[in-house]
Parts: sequence; C-alpha cells; structure tokens
Amino acid sequence: MQALKEDKVSMLDETDRRIILATQDGLPLERRPYEAVARKLDISAEEVMQRLRRMSDDGIIRRIAAVPNHYRLGYTANGMSVWNVPDEHVEALGKQVGALDFVSHCYRRPRHLPAWPYNLFAMVHAGSREEALEKVDEIARLLGENDRGHDVLFSRRILKKTGMRLTP
Amino acid sequence: MQLDAIDKQIINTLQEGFPITEQPFSEVAGQLGLDESELIARLERLLADKTLTRFGPMYQAERLGGAFTLVGMSVREDDFDRVVEIVNSFPEVAHNYEREHHFNMWFVIATENPKHIDAILTEIELDSGYSCYNMPKQDEYFVGLKLAV
Repeated sequence: MQALKEDKVSMLDETDRRIILATQDGLPLERRPYEAVARKLDISAEEVMQRLRRMSDDGIIRRIAAVPNHYRLGYTANGMSVWNVPDEHVEALGKQVGALDFVSHCYRRPRHLPAWPYNLFAMVHAGSREEALEKVDEIARLLGENDRGHDVLFSRRILKKTGMRLTP
Repeated sequence: MQLDAIDKQIINTLQEGFPITEQPFSEVAGQLGLDESELIARLERLLADKTLTRFGPMYQAERLGGAFTLVGMSVREDDFDRVVEIVNSFPEVAHNYEREHHFNMWFVIATENPKHIDAILTEIELDSGYSCYNMPKQDEYFVGLKLAV
C-alpha cells in the first residue's frame, strides 16, 4: 500500500513540473508549439508530447483547449443553481444535469444544515437572467420529485480572479 | 469585437480539444478548411481581444497534489468591503464572487498544500467574525464549456 501511495505522489517528476510551468499560461502560437516548449526546456519535442499525453491520460490535464470568456460571447447571465436532492440519487442525477449543454460545471458538495441544504451545484450560462431562470426550470423538470428545493445565485460582481498558480 | 462565422467555428472546435502532434494547428486548420497561418493569426486576435481567456493545457490542481475548495459566507452588507479585503488578502484565494443571496460571498481556495485550507479558513473566521461554510467538491459530474457561439 505504501509503495502505491508513493507512486501516486511521484507521478509528476521535475520535467513534468517544468512543462507545467512553461504551459500553464498557454501554448505558444507557433506552427510547432510543442517543439517551442521543448526548445525552452532543452528537451526533445517528442518528450514534451509524450509527457503531455501521459498527463492527459492520467487526468492531470483535463484537456488542451481554448477557454472562452462567457461575457464576451454574450453569456452575460451566469447563475449558480443549487439543489437539494436525495443523497442516494445524487450521482445519477448529477450526470444527467451535467450533460445539459448550458451547464458548464456540475458538482456534489456537502450540505451545512440547517443553513445550507443543497448538495448539487450546477453552473448555468445564458444570455439573460430570464433565459437562465428558464434553464433552471428545465433542470427542475428533469429532477422531478427528486428536487427537494433549489435556488439560483446570480453573480453581482467579481471580487477577485487570479486562478490557481503553480509556483516555481 | 465582432465574431465572424470562421471565428465561431474556431471557438467551438477548440473548446473541445487540441491535438498533441507535431503540427497541430495544421491539423485543426485542415478540418476547418483554413490555412494554418490564418488559424494562428485568428487565435492570436481572439486571445488579444479577450474573447478567449486562455489556450493550452487545462491542468487539474487536485491532481498536481494541490487542493481546491469553495467557501460560502453570509456577510452584512455594511461590513462587506472589510471582509472582501480580509479574504482577498490571501494569495490562495483564487476567485471571489459577490452573489445575490443571503450567502453573498463565494470564494475558491486553491493551494498546493491541502493542509493550508483549514488554517486559512480559521484565520478568515477570526479576522472577519463570520463563519466560513466549507464546500469542497465531493464528486464531479461535468466540467467544461459547451458554449455554442
């Protein structure tokens, strides 16, 4: 058991960390972006690609992709919908809600009774608040009698946004 | 900023993923019927005008040995700014949003050392005088954007 645990921890070596540091702000916009990263780190492009593939397979990298700015794309109403669903069904229901195309994140989180009864969170994106509320109703219909209460929290302002940083 | 049909196609395609190959732009450009240099130029513009917030590997912090949690607080309106200052002073606080609700402050702590989370929450509670409702994710059903443009 101990050995297994250590394997897990040592899954990332120094070279992986250097690749993460070199790419966490984004990939170079060059014809051969992985080669550009490799050059900077003084390793081969093949090694960079192999390691990125391995980190993708291991789930360390969710995917390599473009992340759009919702506001700029006209999705100005972003509501955090929160749901009280029976614990025994939360996994099956969460997967159904997460599959809806207007839901970007769907998580199970702990309740804090009595102040906070909700255990399923789904971020809903829409062009207007009215439209967002319609989408929340759609989730409510999907959940049916498993919806034991829900609420939507619209964001009023961003107080901070820096993101997770790996420090050298 | 006006997006044309090609920009939209690029955004929709690149949200899904990007290949790990020697000349990935050429591959994606081929699928879209574009020229490699045009794809790169448009991507540069979409990043520069902030239509895209980033382009590259999306790392999952938990798997890097770090930890994330979401925290909700219910703060009196006339006391809000003081508490924002306390919460935002922690470098581990990665995002903080004001939301229209009795629970009006929601922030994310991201740290390389999971043990720091409890210490930070205790410190925020002592400094602010309000409770922190810690809501770490217990399961993830979907993360990603499928925003069609």
